[in-house]
Amino acid sequence: MNGFAGEDLVCERGARIVFTRLRFAVGLGGALVLVGPNGSGKSSLLRTMAGLLAPLAGRLTWDGADVRGDPFAHHQRLRFVAHTDAMKPTLTAIENLRLWAALAVSIDERSTGEGNADTRCRHALAAFGLAALAEVPARYLSAGQRRRLTLARLLLAPSRLWLLDEPRTALDSDGAARLDAAVAAHRQGGGIVVMALHGGPYPDGARFLDLADYRAAATC
Amino acid sequence: MLTAALAIAGREFRLAVRQGFDSLLAVVFFVLACVLFPFGVGPEPAVLARIAPGIVWVAALLATLLSLDRLFQTDYDDGTLELLALAPLPLTAVVAAKVAAHWMMTAGPLLIAAPLLALLLGLAADAFPALLATLALGTPALSVIGAIGAALVLGARRAGVLLALLILPLYIPVLIFGVAAVDAAAFGLTVRPHLMLLAGLSLAAAVIGPPTTAAAIRLALR
Repeated sequence: MNGFAGEDLVCERGARIVFTRLRFAVGLGGALVLVGPNGSGKSSLLRTMAGLLAPLAGRLTWDGADVRGDPFAHHQRLRFVAHTDAMKPTLTAIENLRLWAALAVSIDERSTGEGNADTRCRHALAAFGLAALAEVPARYLSAGQRRRLTLARLLLAPSRLWLLDEPRTALDSDGAARLDAAVAAHRQGGGIVVMALHGGPYPDGARFLDLADYRAAATC
Repeated sequence: MLTAALAIAGREFRLAVRQGFDSLLAVVFFVLACVLFPFGVGPEPAVLARIAPGIVWVAALLATLLSLDRLFQTDYDDGTLELLALAPLPLTAVVAAKVAAHWMMTAGPLLIAAPLLALLLGLAADAFPALLATLALGTPALSVIGAIGAALVLGARRAGVLLALLILPLYIPVLIFGVAAVDAAAFGLTVRPHLMLLAGLSLAAAVIGPPTTAAAIRLALR
């Protein structure tokens, strides 16, 4: 099938099985919302999906093919936003984005979208309402503004799969609205989004995956 | 891939310039450590001239060690390393770019300061070119081997101390051939074999280092 899917995933953290026999499937343009209490493995699942964490068992597929067959293709199609912001306090907002813009374009020149790296950085900043702060060092940004800057990374070049770990953290209502608009536009273009959320609003037509359903049965 | 590697190296330079004093720390330490020796062993010119190669090399080694903790630690803490591991280029290339930038930013200032310190310690004038050549050929090995250690201690408590214990024994071959070359030059002997051995060490380290470092980073990111 087309899209992103996981089969019988088992995840282990520190000798503890976090979730077991987890299955999911998202079609093109789809959204998958991960819910579940703290420690239920939402972040671990996202890191597994990104390929940072190897599952103990099971496999992830893209369009039916195992993603481990071509990890670079998988890396190229995904954007990952974790809790950390990966921004250097001494660099300005736009300087911070430039590296990610360069990395997004360097491999596949066709998928760069329009304009050169600088224009794309400015477009991404504008989309999250940071246009006026482009030349401000990141250390002067507030938590919410840093979050917006991190999310602006998503828009530097088109990609197929967004993995977002509680993306609304620290965002105000305007920021959340901008994020929702970006997610909607991404899905319109056939992109897939997987996000861990605590509470709505949820994207239209989203599927839900409650990680509490996959908790390993207590053994021993 | 080259564009991406250059972008990573370029960002390292920009960060070093912005952080100003942080990047000069290694060379300031290098100068101070060398200047301490005349106070310690006494101002006898013959003694100082004899041990000058060793002083400069040991100080350069410790200065490199001092600069290593920043190589991956900040990127690890703020999540940059995670994203670099997800970039569509091999992590080995990312590591190579970062280490190359690190080498230029630490070894460059050391190479500029070294002749002045050699002058201060009264090193024989004949040995100056050899000192610079050994530092230029040997410091890449220091950066590359150091990067392996810096990646292995990611996430560890007391990472700085652990790094020193892990890395300093591995620096011994570079130290031996570096000092031997300068000594040889000071005594009017041939320098070439020592320099070739140093270059060989650096080349071998450059081949083995980046993939090993990348593997250690992958482990740390789990």
